[in-house]
Amino acid sequence: MADAHAAGQTILVVGGGISGLTTAVEAAETGYNVLLVEKDPHLGGRVAQHNKYFPKLCSPTCGLEINYQRIKNNPRIRYLTLAEVEEISGSEGNYTVRIRKNPRFVTEACTGCGDCSAVCTTEVPDPFNFGMNQVKAIRNNHAMAFPSWYYMDPEFAKTEAAKTVAKSCPVGAIQPDMEATIIEEQVAAVVWATGWKPYDAEKIRPYGFGQYANVTTNMRFERLANVYGPTSGKIVRPSDGKEAKKVAFIQCAGSRDHNYLPFCSRVCCLASMKQAAYVRDQYPDSEVTIFYIDLRAMDRYEAFLQKTRDDAGISWMKSKPARIEEDANGNPVVIGENTLTGERYALPFDLVVLATGMEPHSAVDAKVPFAGASQDDYGFVTGGVLAAGCAAMPTDVASSVQSATAMAMKAIHAAVKRG
Amino acid sequence: MTYDLTFAKDVYQKAEMGHWIKMCMQCGVCAGSCPLRAHWQHSPRQLFQMVRAGKRDEVLKSSDMWMCTSCYNCIVRCPRELPITHIIHGLARYAETQGAADPKQPTRRFAVDVFWKNITATGRVGEAMLTMRLYFQDGIGAGIQRGLEMRDSALGMLKTRRLNPIPFRGKIKGYDGFTKMLAKAAELEQKLENKA
Ligand SMILES: Cc1cc2nc3c(=O)[nH]c(=O)nc-3n(C[C@H](O)[C@H](O)[C@H](O)COP(=O)(O)OP(=O)(O)OC[C@H]3O[C@@H](n4cnc5c(N)ncnc54)[C@H](O)[C@@H]3O)c2cc1C
Ligand code: SF4
Ligand code: SF4
Ligand code: SF4
Ligand code: SF4
Repeated sequence: MADAHAAGQTILVVGGGISGLTTAVEAAETGYNVLLVEKDPHLGGRVAQHNKYFPKLCSPTCGLEINYQRIKNNPRIRYLTLAEVEEISGSEGNYTVRIRKNPRFVTEACTGCGDCSAVCTTEVPDPFNFGMNQVKAIRNNHAMAFPSWYYMDPEFAKTEAAKTVAKSCPVGAIQPDMEATIIEEQVAAVVWATGWKPYDAEKIRPYGFGQYANVTTNMRFERLANVYGPTSGKIVRPSDGKEAKKVAFIQCAGSRDHNYLPFCSRVCCLASMKQAAYVRDQYPDSEVTIFYIDLRAMDRYEAFLQKTRDDAGISWMKSKPARIEEDANGNPVVIGENTLTGERYALPFDLVVLATGMEPHSAVDAKVPFAGASQDDYGFVTGGVLAAGCAAMPTDVASSVQSATAMAMKAIHAAVKRG
Repeated sequence: MTYDLTFAKDVYQKAEMGHWIKMCMQCGVCAGSCPLRAHWQHSPRQLFQMVRAGKRDEVLKSSDMWMCTSCYNCIVRCPRELPITHIIHGLARYAETQGAADPKQPTRRFAVDVFWKNITATGRVGEAMLTMRLYFQDGIGAGIQRGLEMRDSALGMLKTRRLNPIPFRGKIKGYDGFTKMLAKAAELEQKLENKA
């Protein structure tokens, strides 16, 4: 039977976000071996950073949890964290890949007891929360993180203090002298699922992100509203910790704009509607204004848009603002033209959230290291290897999962042909 | 309300850079960026929409496009890379060639009656004469008053040699070539105008 042969083949999945996780479990549960390579210390990707999911406003952790369980229970899946693919050669059915596994400085014996973190006195800006708070130099990202093993910052590992911290581990899991290893594998198919990163808002000069404390971005806002975030979920202004009750969302900040990202990211309109609900739920007397060119809430998401429209505490301004200034009280003032009336406005807010778009990792730091691969002008992967989720196009979780399942099918096809 | 559906087509084909108006997505960034907006009746965005809606008279008779200072604020921010400044000047020129521009619009009067005559006569701008003609545009009384108001600036410019008090006489070197260039430009413009 072809199956018996093919099942011996391995499928490489690069990127452990919701797309990569989906491709991995779908292919493995069909009987194929999967090697999942993730560059971060934990799996989950951007979804692990979201506070709630639109349109149901449920917690994203439950969806991830199910996938983690499926991975734990499936011996066909091997996963590597803190790892990156350096080179791919060969062709479909017969690739050779070289993977670099960076040191975690903590072994898989770690029980997640947290003793080391308690002892460690060195703190660093928390990348998981976009540097909005400090965390210990040895830690895990949050209680639900998978794998739950702690990890140590490479810079800290070089210090004397790291050795002291290592002694605190009851199971001897900490190894500050751990080194990177190189792994070579033969695989039948490669699925690229490296997802996206938030577009760098500092590039949008007229909006003053990085210059004005109370101008933030949508991904930072996800963390700000989250219980594991820098304020334990309290929505406050970064400048003075005051409750942020008058909040503006600026759509297409750095998107659909030839000066920045020319394409539409498809999810940021819905993300702002969801985030408007965070504000409205936390403060019943809050006022939210959404500045937009036009709203993208396709097919089944229309109902979510309607629900947002029904909330009298949310108002809409059809306008892409020209710029943001700061007044004497540290309030960001949004300036532009109301395109429905032609009037100019200059409106102060407690907090302004820039709805920035998604830049594919494959455009910047995860280009496909394979001569046969092709990417479009924006960096999305178009051929040479299979591409799932936001590595292929900007999209929401439901469509990412669909595309990831489709790529599992295609990968299996390649493995069967080979077998 | 009457819509002139041929107007947009005319602008796309005959006004310089006019075809770019098709690309406008009506976001409003130009309007919010224009430092002169308070003095315009319609923002660039509105003008572009009026072109598309066929409002021939409102657009061509408007004083708006004569007020652009070419600061380029709008151009650098337009998400769709419309050359807004140049479109605005193209609309002004188109209004002029159509004989629709308001003859009393001050910037138009300066551009067409003063500046153009001044530069084409000799091939270069005669600053002293240009200033005189501008100041005395509205009569002798108004001219003297403006002259007095601007006296300090004028003296400052004289001192730093930014203003040449001696009127430029004669013609620039290669004046023939200069007039040929202008004739060629006029010919091209006429060709555009004759295009169906
Ligand atoms: C503000 C905001 C809010 C959103 N809210 C929602 C929502 O409520 N509901 C919804 O459906 N969608 C939402 N989305 C969209 C959602 O985030 C994406 O659909 C989803 O993240 C796509 O998953 P992915 O696995 O394709 O990519 P990612 O989540 O980006 O995962 C990619 C993974 O690949 C890893 N990786 C990157 N480079 C490499 C490399 N070189 N080697 C190995 N691994 C690598 C990354 O570390 C990451 O773990 C939102 C988007 C934004 C911007
Ligand atoms: S590394 Fe050791 S001390 Fe730290 S959490 Fe893991 S088991 Fe506990
Ligand atoms: S989804 Fe909305 S905010 Fe995001 S780029 Fe598209 S239109 Fe703009
Ligand atoms: S900024 Fe550009 S796209 Fe936006 S309204 Fe002005 S001309 Fe149109
Ligand atoms: S170039 Fe003209 S239209 Fe553009 S912002 Fe400046 S004055 Fe306004």
